[in-house]
Amino acid sequence: MRATFPHRFLPYLLVAPQLAISLIFFYWPAGQALHQSVLREDPFGLKTQFVGLANFRRVLGDPAYLNSVQVTAFFSVATAFLSMAIALVLAVQAEKILRGKGFYRTLMIWPYAVAAAIAGMLWLFLFNPSFGTLAYPLRQMGIAWDPLLNGNQAMALVIGAASWKQISYNFLFFVAGLQAIPKSLIEAAAIDGAGRTRRFWTIVFPLLAPTTFFLLVVNTVYALFDTFGIIHAVTGGGPGKSTETLVYKVYNDGFVNLQLGSSAAQSVILMVIVIALTAFQFRYIERKVHYG
Amino acid sequence: MAEPTMVGAGRSGQAAAHLILVLGAVVIAFPIWYVFVASTHSLQTILRPPLPMLPGSEGIANYSEALGGGINRIGGVSVGRLLWNTAFVATAIAVGKILISITSAYAIVFFRFPLRMVFFWLIFITLMLPVEVRILPTYKVMVDLGLIDTYAGLILPLIASATATLLFRQFFMTIPNELLEAARVDGAGPWRFFKDILLPLSATNIAALFVILFIYGWTQYLWPLLVTNSNSMNTIVIALRKMISFADADTPWHLVMVTCVLAILPPILVVVLMQRWFVKGLVETEK
Repeated sequence: MRATFPHRFLPYLLVAPQLAISLIFFYWPAGQALHQSVLREDPFGLKTQFVGLANFRRVLGDPAYLNSVQVTAFFSVATAFLSMAIALVLAVQAEKILRGKGFYRTLMIWPYAVAAAIAGMLWLFLFNPSFGTLAYPLRQMGIAWDPLLNGNQAMALVIGAASWKQISYNFLFFVAGLQAIPKSLIEAAAIDGAGRTRRFWTIVFPLLAPTTFFLLVVNTVYALFDTFGIIHAVTGGGPGKSTETLVYKVYNDGFVNLQLGSSAAQSVILMVIVIALTAFQFRYIERKVHYG
Repeated sequence: MAEPTMVGAGRSGQAAAHLILVLGAVVIAFPIWYVFVASTHSLQTILRPPLPMLPGSEGIANYSEALGGGINRIGGVSVGRLLWNTAFVATAIAVGKILISITSAYAIVFFRFPLRMVFFWLIFITLMLPVEVRILPTYKVMVDLGLIDTYAGLILPLIASATATLLFRQFFMTIPNELLEAARVDGAGPWRFFKDILLPLSATNIAALFVILFIYGWTQYLWPLLVTNSNSMNTIVIALRKMISFADADTPWHLVMVTCVLAILPPILVVVLMQRWFVKGLVETEK
């Protein structure tokens, strides 16, 4: 039993600020989103009408929404895979070397400090068709490079920017994960004659699984939500909705197209996704604590 | 020198590892290096790719033009104001989050009171409600409260943080009961215990959290985009976005590059110079 202070009002006073902010800026709007999602309202707010789940039905039956689901899925999987794979390769190398670890780490963590929107802009500076230094060789090779017009190229660009920004984070966690693997296990395998590649896939990689799963969830959340800035700054969802992710669509439908009911229904769907991901993450982390 | 360790890489393996790391570091640093180099070249050089890979001679001219009113001309607001807005908002978010999280965690761990667990769960659940999923209704709340284009509007909705509260809660639970009992025997009340014992013990956690939260505040995008209309309330990230137009042939790219460098330099310096806290904060807040 924890020793505590006997006090009547003080604890309420102490939690009050956080609670007030949570209620005003989290619960109230989330409740509003739930409420709005079952209403149909004209853009001027003159008439509202209860429509049950009609907004959800309409959203889920809307080809534009399904397209956005597909775009988001592809974007998230590609971003998570790319940034994790590159980070893992680099982390494994960083574990191998004897000197210079700190130096490399310093160079690897820069992108974390760059805002997502600016990461997108940096990549656009490099790859824009009019003066991008890296777009130039692509054009020289005869590739019709124009991410502002070509949907696939736009997708490649935002995936590149999003993965680039996330490598730092994944790198630090993979390094921490690798350091936690007991050297004795790897040495035992080496004595048994397992080669370097075999040791990696049969010992290191499986033991790294908790870190990998954790990063998978974090990277998915990142790709789903934190990349809004990249999409907004680089492509604006275009060309032709080819990079319109779910979060961008909520913003666009709500703020630009003023489809309030639809935007609210989309918000609720996103909430369900976050809740599922968070629940998954915490279940899994409990297990890690249990085994660890 | 002896073979490093039995499972360490040999000399050739070391060389290969360094090679891959150098390659990785080059790819990772390149976009940042590029924008820095671009900010030291004239507009004409920037518009004629490929850009030289070394800084040019226009650096001083570009920076003095940008700082001496150039950014004001294209962005409608002085660069000093932009940097001030961003730094102020980022610092306030970091300090605010730490303040309200540490007090609520203190209440939840060191006091017993009705509804304690209800409050804990109410705070915990906010983890699942990021701004991105409640864009429009949150915006409406801001309008109703008259917080559009105010610092309070930029700061307040972002300072409730379940993560920071959970971190402090976890840390406080590792503090031995004897410490609290000893303090109480010595006649220390809740405030004395908090100020003289808990706060010093939390110093490293606070520093680590501060670095992470400062970066978080500095790099915000969606929220400042929503709650600011007037240029003078923009953060530098939003202002930069507004300056960029590929359709507009007259965009002064050399000044845009300078703005970009100014927008990414402060958080990069924080991360690099406070690396120890940064890594600690990152790895621990996510647990």
